[in-house]
Amino acid sequence: MSPLGGGRDAGTARDQAGPAGPGPRGPRGLRGPRREADQGSSAGPRPAELRTADLWLADLWLAVRAEWTKLRTVAGPGALLLAAAALTVAASAAAAAAASCPAAGCAVDAARVSLTGVQLGQAVVALLAVLVVGTEYSTGLISSTLAAVPRRATVLAAKAAVVTGIVLAAGTVAALGSVLAGRLILPGQGFTAAHGYPPLSLADGPTLRAAAGSVLYLALIALLGLGVTTLIREATVAVGVVLGLLYLFPILSAVVTDPDWERRLRQIGPSDAGLAIQDTLGLPGAPIGPWAGLGVLAGWAAAALLAGGLALGRRDA
Amino acid sequence: MTDTITPYRSTVPAARDGLPALVRAEWTKFRTVRGWVVAAVVALLLMPLFGLLGAAGSHGEVGGGPGGESRAGHRAPPTGPGGEAVNDGPYFVHRPLAGDGTVTVRVTSLTGVVLPLGNGPGGLGGPAGGGPAGPAGVPPTEGGAQPWAKAGILLKESAEPGSAYAAVMVTADHGVRLQHNFTGDTAGPPGAVTADAPRWLRLTRAGDLLTGYASPDGEAWTTVGTVRLPGLPSSVLAGLFVATPGDETFEQHLGGFESIGEPAAATATFDELDTQGGFAGSDWSGQRIGATGRPGGAPGTGDPLVEGGFDVSRGTFTLTGSGDIAPFVTEGAAAVERTLVGTFATLTVAVVLGVLFIATEYRRGLIRVSVAASPRRGRVLAAKATVIGAITFVLGLVAAAVTVPLGRRLLRDNGNLVLPTDGLTELRVVVGTAALLAVAAVLAVAVGTILRRGAGAAAGVIVLTVLPYVLAVAAVLPAGAAQWLLRITPAAGFAIQQSVVAYPQVGHPYTPVAGYFPLAPWAGFAVLCGWTVLALGLATYLLRRRDA
Repeated sequence: MSPLGGGRDAGTARDQAGPAGPGPRGPRGLRGPRREADQGSSAGPRPAELRTADLWLADLWLAVRAEWTKLRTVAGPGALLLAAAALTVAASAAAAAAASCPAAGCAVDAARVSLTGVQLGQAVVALLAVLVVGTEYSTGLISSTLAAVPRRATVLAAKAAVVTGIVLAAGTVAALGSVLAGRLILPGQGFTAAHGYPPLSLADGPTLRAAAGSVLYLALIALLGLGVTTLIREATVAVGVVLGLLYLFPILSAVVTDPDWERRLRQIGPSDAGLAIQDTLGLPGAPIGPWAGLGVLAGWAAAALLAGGLALGRRDA
Repeated sequence: MTDTITPYRSTVPAARDGLPALVRAEWTKFRTVRGWVVAAVVALLLMPLFGLLGAAGSHGEVGGGPGGESRAGHRAPPTGPGGEAVNDGPYFVHRPLAGDGTVTVRVTSLTGVVLPLGNGPGGLGGPAGGGPAGPAGVPPTEGGAQPWAKAGILLKESAEPGSAYAAVMVTADHGVRLQHNFTGDTAGPPGAVTADAPRWLRLTRAGDLLTGYASPDGEAWTTVGTVRLPGLPSSVLAGLFVATPGDETFEQHLGGFESIGEPAAATATFDELDTQGGFAGSDWSGQRIGATGRPGGAPGTGDPLVEGGFDVSRGTFTLTGSGDIAPFVTEGAAAVERTLVGTFATLTVAVVLGVLFIATEYRRGLIRVSVAASPRRGRVLAAKATVIGAITFVLGLVAAAVTVPLGRRLLRDNGNLVLPTDGLTELRVVVGTAALLAVAAVLAVAVGTILRRGAGAAAGVIVLTVLPYVLAVAAVLPAGAAQWLLRITPAAGFAIQQSVVAYPQVGHPYTPVAGYFPLAPWAGFAVLCGWTVLALGLATYLLRRRDA
């Protein structure tokens, strides 16, 4: 629950409804606890935009704290974050152990192999994001949340901020663990300096970009899941839609034989394009560049959040 | 709390909570939720939608000309006696044989060269079937004989491509073989042929039984095997042949794999030829099977290595040929399951439906009403599984039955070579697709019962069934890891859709990326069923033990 957010908004509403009285009222009053706001109900005339922006920020901050409280006081999200990191590292290590480079010039992207686990981790991250919104609807908590924070965009922004934060944290652990696993395992699979593979290191620019990009990728997947679920409101269906979206493009592009179609599909698919951030080999011929690819995924996430936000703003909870 | 408590036994008459009544109740629950019916229709539409999308994005490459896009060289391969697509282009030196007979010969060498195309990859169809070959003037590279280069005795129904045959042969790397009708392959004594270690071969026809023998010295014979060619006419062609597959190298990369094919030629020398039985005449005539319109082996491309030929001097026969006689296996041709790519999307919807079917009961508390109405809780689960399984089976059957012909037609219209499939295999693919969906939906019901949480159950089942398939088919994982995943995860069930057969006698990477599952179709399906049975067992146990 979000008692702070609720109090804040009740106070704000009263502020706005009350008659404008004399006496200055600075931003201090806005951030203060509810009692203070009630006492200072004599807000003077001040630039409206400043007041709105400050109010919104204060609202957002309280909403973020409320969301954070909601997340950390149930067991599910923590377990899922742990699972996301652990499964990512485990799958990465397994992929690294399955890869082999028998001779020099084997054209295997070592960084990408050692970050393969993101393919599994993204499903857990998507599930986490879906549940953050989905449980609100399945338990009816959404009514309380929206009563406490009537600005619905603020609710969504707060959820997005909190989910991004925790996924970035778990993703960093996952990426670091995966690169470490690759660094330890890959030399034994023939990825040696003699075959043109120095040990994986974050000091190497492309490897650092692949690892850091994978963290951002996971965060964007979470935002995509958040947006889709806000739109759909039913967690189970949202899981199917998000995972279907992630898996659709790789399967289709593996089936079509036209190079143009395949390229196009790899350019627009959220997972294919987003995972281009892991490429450290064959970049000139790749369908899409690393950052452009991540940008495509960001576009998907933004579109999902926008659609979810619009639906949230217009619908009854 | 203790084990001594006797489980509750309902006193409700059996007719009230019998399985048929429960099935009817569950069916009512399903059809009265509008969202679920909409989802079922969506699932029905997704399969043809993605099947047609996949077909629309595939344009013909097989047998393409130098540019790889030309449809002029597009030519469907002949079909063998079993209805499968085959390569049939050996160089065959023969005499007519009426009735029974025996051919004995000594093979003294088998060598080969690779014929570079000179214009990079693009020879997907290889040299077989009379396709385009290398331009004259490019010198052949010494590549040695292909592992499956063949030379030996061939007895064939006629010179028509695809006609029935049996042959006993030496191969470059796979010892003596007895092969028949393209798909049959029996191994004989191992070892390659050299001048120091020649190999005697013998093929005997007795009615429709053909027996192959091999010998290292012409004295001590071992029987390689006996095959029956039912319906073989009395009058056939028999003699010597040489055949070789093209030289193909495969490279797997993220998202697929590339095959770079170049035609190859093989040359074999024979001596001590002896024929007995109903052979007519004494003139041997040579021809390349499938080289239509060019009787007598007149050069069409100007390259004698491609066209093949033979030479006799003092009892020594030297044969050169560049085509293969084997099942048609190529990456460029579309198998019928290519049209069913949308299965994974329909499966995702079916899994979500299956999970919702039980998870919604927990969310709304309806489960208490359900188990109050039918205190035999196992039956509730059985009724749910029956209903969701039947619904997904029917919609899967309809979707697959519509998608396969439509997709195949679109693939053909786009100039793709669609591999012929015999009716039973196609039936298995279509019905198997429906069964795959049904079993996956039942698995989803079981996992939903175990977890009681919709989103987690849906994510779990989708990750277990679809993710391994994605990782394997999209070539994210190396082939070994992909095959391992497709053996043990429920995704093994996708093997039921495989219509192409992995022939050990054709060198090809039989990996998931190329459409070959590590398990046989029904074995893979059994793995999925095994998971489902386990999950159902656990779900029944938990449903009985836990409070609803």
